[in-house]
Amino acid sequence: MLFWQILIDGFAISSLYALGATGFALIFGVSGVLNLSHGALMVAAVVAAWAAGDQLHAGPYAGAGLGVAVGFGATLLTYFLIVRPLQQSRKIREEEKEIFILTATLLWGIMIQELIAYLYTNNAKTVAPIVQGVVRIAGVRTPSNEIFTAVVCWLVIGVLWLLVNRTRAGKAVLAASMNPRGVTLLGIELSQIYIAVWAIYGALVGIAGVLLGMFLGVSSYSVGPLTASAFSIVVLGGLGSVSGALIAAYVVGYLETLTAYLVSPAYRTIPALLLLVAVMYVRPRGLLGRR
Amino acid sequence: MTDPNKRRHGLRLVLAIAIAGLFAASAWAQDGVTDKTIRIGMFGPLTGPVSIYGYPINDGAIAAYKAVNDAGGINGRKIEIVTYDNHSSAAESVRAFQRAASEDHVNAVIASYISEVVLALEPWTGRLKTVMVTPGAASDVITQNIAKDYDNLKYTFHGYLTSTSLSDLVCAAAKDLLVNQLHMKTAVVMSEDAAWTTPLDAEYVKCLPQIGLQVLDHIRVSPDTTDFTPIFNKIEGEKPDVMITGISHVGVQPTAQWKQQEVPIPMFGISSQATNSSFWNDTNGAVEGVLYQAVSGPDVAVTPKTLPFVNAFKAKYGNFPSYCGYTAYDEVYYLADAFKRAGSTDPDKLVDALEKTDYVGTIGRVQFKGKDSPNPHALKVGPDTITGLMLQWQDGKQTNLWPANVANGKLKFPKFIKIGSTN
Repeated sequence: MLFWQILIDGFAISSLYALGATGFALIFGVSGVLNLSHGALMVAAVVAAWAAGDQLHAGPYAGAGLGVAVGFGATLLTYFLIVRPLQQSRKIREEEKEIFILTATLLWGIMIQELIAYLYTNNAKTVAPIVQGVVRIAGVRTPSNEIFTAVVCWLVIGVLWLLVNRTRAGKAVLAASMNPRGVTLLGIELSQIYIAVWAIYGALVGIAGVLLGMFLGVSSYSVGPLTASAFSIVVLGGLGSVSGALIAAYVVGYLETLTAYLVSPAYRTIPALLLLVAVMYVRPRGLLGRR
Repeated sequence: MTDPNKRRHGLRLVLAIAIAGLFAASAWAQDGVTDKTIRIGMFGPLTGPVSIYGYPINDGAIAAYKAVNDAGGINGRKIEIVTYDNHSSAAESVRAFQRAASEDHVNAVIASYISEVVLALEPWTGRLKTVMVTPGAASDVITQNIAKDYDNLKYTFHGYLTSTSLSDLVCAAAKDLLVNQLHMKTAVVMSEDAAWTTPLDAEYVKCLPQIGLQVLDHIRVSPDTTDFTPIFNKIEGEKPDVMITGISHVGVQPTAQWKQQEVPIPMFGISSQATNSSFWNDTNGAVEGVLYQAVSGPDVAVTPKTLPFVNAFKAKYGNFPSYCGYTAYDEVYYLADAFKRAGSTDPDKLVDALEKTDYVGTIGRVQFKGKDSPNPHALKVGPDTITGLMLQWQDGKQTNLWPANVANGKLKFPKFIKIGSTN
């Protein structure tokens, strides 16, 4: 019984991690940016969806839509306001740009976190679930929302896969992640690719955020742990590898779930972090990393 | 109460009225001294994120002191409230207290709902010989300290219920509602791991068996928990009839997840966030059926003073006060009453007068435990003094179920709850 409980619970949370981490990996793979405001963008999406319900009295669908839109908008804002100016700056040396962007996104994330806490307090927020009720799977009473979460995550990942592998624009993105210069030689505007990638990331972050809000809820304190989670998953999977991130998401998700059930919920984040340290020693490029 | 109150912040409400100069600590003439005022300092977080709890302290006190002044003040002296922003920090509170006593010469202080802050200020009430009455905070240690060092700490009065009292009141309500009405037999105690729940849980474990509920397990949850599924899973596996709660820092997530997972066991006890009128929206209605202790409820006339206060508060501020609004309001009144009876602002005489307080306020009849009790200057609880209420969220409304004489509804649970031993 416990086995099935862990299996199902772990699957739902891993799928959510997978969605978020995919975006994080994509951004790093294509534009070389480790976006440390990742958690803040997700929380912003959740809080927007919650506020839509609480203050505008929007229904679950409208609220979710607004949440995704805010996540999307905030991500693009991050790109245009924070990341791009630093990338294009002539005053910073090339070698130092990554550190600058890393720090800038970290600070930007903190700013968003504090703004959310200021406007809406740091109390937890949940989003009205679109799907309610429970079903029984192998005798385990499972909220239908968990199944919905897993299904939506995989649908979105599937759409992303189709986009990247079957469409011209998507293939350009894939190419850009392998060899940016080569892509420019083909006459494709790199800047447009970056915008496209950030836009995709924005959608992923928005959807992942809203789903998390419906499933567990977040508070402004979740910002740090969410970013850390995405970061460790992406490093574990291999920086730049999206499929690596997918696999790593399940490894981390199940590690956390096993710990929460078999040891204590208070320690759930520890094993993944220990694993990360171990991976750094033994196989720094991660599971499927290229860089 | 403690931790959750850290989340509560205040809106800036500057009520300060200019106070005339200084006055010596020695006795002053009661009549004919009209230019002087009685200064009451109020500490609270006045800046920072807006929250549901903070400003009611100020608002409650404002409403009270104005009324007292309009009715002639205290022996001809008007009350002035001076506010200090303590950013919910104990260190800043101490500084503010020193300033209040030494520079602003306040005669008494109404301070904090955070136990850590109150405990930090407590020794200073003795050093600065300034009376402090707390509108919130639940730690038993506050009054236990007074027992250990009465002469120095007698200036502190705990104007809210201690954790131990809260447990006793929950047990009293559980006896009527859960044991007598629903014939429940077993319980699991689930509380967050925080300072205020240590004495709470200790008392739960004692008083629950005394009313007929066997405690099957006692689970302490980290306040940082975001996924409560394993915890509910564990509790459900033990098949209790009820979960007796002690949560404050957490609230939204366990409640929302309890509903989503359709955990068939009701929640009963302390769930401070559930006392907020906004909690229904905060949880998107998941709080339906949750039973929680409070000192006040909508449309519940705990005393004849309750509803007039609530209505006036709502008319002026647009929302219902939270628990510390009630207590701060009462405190201004009984402080004023104590000043009158003392006939002086001398702190020792004020302490004597306060100890004899017998005041019907908005949450019940305020009397303090005496010098010889293990918790001197704690509020007395019981059918003749303060009982608190047991409320349940039903269809978007906070309904009172206990005590019976002020109940305005009946127990009602969501469909997924199983009452009885069919868990």
